[in-house]
Amino acid sequence: MSNIPADLHYAKSHEWLRLAADGTALVGITDYAQSSLGDITFVQLPKVGAPLAAGATFGVVESVKAASDLYMPVAGIVLAVNAALDANPELLNQDPYGEAWMLKLKLEGSAPAELLDAAAYARHLG
Amino acid sequence: MSDLLRTPLRDFHAARGGRLVDFAGWEMPVQYRSILEEHKAVRRAAGLFDVSHMGEVEVQGPQALDFLEHLVTNEVARLLPGKVLYTPMCAADGGTLDDLLVYLRSPGDYLLCVNASNIAADLAWMARQAEGFAVTITDRSADYALLAIQGPASAAILQALTGAKLGLLANYTFCEGTVAGVACLISRTGYTGEDGFELYHAPEDAVVLAEALLAAGGPHGLELAGLGARDSLRLEAGFPLHGHELSPAISPVAAGLGWTVKLGKTRRSLAHEALAREMAEGTERRVVFFRTGDRRIVRAETPVRGPDGTIVGRVLSGTLSPLLNEAIGSALIETAAAGGALSVDIRGVEIRLLAVRPPFVPLRRG
Repeated sequence: MSNIPADLHYAKSHEWLRLAADGTALVGITDYAQSSLGDITFVQLPKVGAPLAAGATFGVVESVKAASDLYMPVAGIVLAVNAALDANPELLNQDPYGEAWMLKLKLEGSAPAELLDAAAYARHLG
Repeated sequence: MSDLLRTPLRDFHAARGGRLVDFAGWEMPVQYRSILEEHKAVRRAAGLFDVSHMGEVEVQGPQALDFLEHLVTNEVARLLPGKVLYTPMCAADGGTLDDLLVYLRSPGDYLLCVNASNIAADLAWMARQAEGFAVTITDRSADYALLAIQGPASAAILQALTGAKLGLLANYTFCEGTVAGVACLISRTGYTGEDGFELYHAPEDAVVLAEALLAAGGPHGLELAGLGARDSLRLEAGFPLHGHELSPAISPVAAGLGWTVKLGKTRRSLAHEALAREMAEGTERRVVFFRTGDRRIVRAETPVRGPDGTIVGRVLSGTLSPLLNEAIGSALIETAAAGGALSVDIRGVEIRLLAVRPPFVPLRRG
């Protein structure tokens, strides 16, 4: 069974969003996503400072099996990317909600209504 | 996946976390824990693979040898009882229909091990070619399960379960024996570039044998390994996979396997003329192995460009080498361009292909 923490927001494309009180947020991919991809071998992330629209492609995650685009769950400006994933993409398999966060964002506007809570994301996975 | 064929170990895999996928019409474990970890376990200690989907074909009769010398490109006449030979099987135009192992059990009694996806086509081809030879060809695929134990610890693990003297069993030889009480054809062969064994046995014994090997191997670091690791291990070892480095469009000469094509004066396989011409004149295209120095996987069918940007070939296989920590693969390249600079485009990034003479890692044999 997939691990779906209760305190996060989820996109149907399997990214998670962790909102902080100061208007920033972390973005990553879900346990379901890492498990479906299998061994993750490469991650490509955007440059710091890039403004990205909700739904925009922000990078690529690649496994032995396939390469998949990553989508912004929310609009924001990239404050930081997780450089550890460059050398150790397998962190995404080991700790997708913790050490393997991908982006830190400064939010622009509010989170889109189509983001799912944990219960809705669990139903989405079926 | 109800239409898929199942090996006798299907439930054994499912109960141990095997991720089952359709492979050549068979429901097979692609991985258990992690392809990369299973790969490393085989290089470090040992891995246990279910390859029961492979086909077995008996070729028997007074003209079995004559027939096989006609059928395949390597020299079956050099086999002694107890020895194993790797050989391509080619059409008259030199294209590779399959690659297989030939076991000589006693004069006039051969067992062939063929690729799962080619069993039906191989049998039809062999039946047609057998016309005029006093030979009987029998599909025994349903009568054999096949487990492969591969890796530097495999001999120690297996020796604890068998009275067969494995120290006397050289690479590419086999013997009959019992392993954990199960009657086996014990073959010192494999598809990983490591020392290892392939155990042919009755399907009803497969679970007992697999459980015994897993239990005996655990303390040595043996892990269950799926077809994902099998593919990355064989590519790191530089071994061809039929449908990729060998195919009806790729002869063994083009694949760099000239050593498996024996062109004796008296020895004339049905592909002799085409392959002799290729050996003398070269081939239009040839298989090149490469690494990239980058972690992006270069996937099969990716176009390959020459120095001026024109397309000079395509990728046949590609993966991440868990040992080198970079992308490796093979490509079919126009021979005139094969020595020059080659590159591929991956999501807008130009990646140089650095030609490598395989294996990518040192091979280890028993």
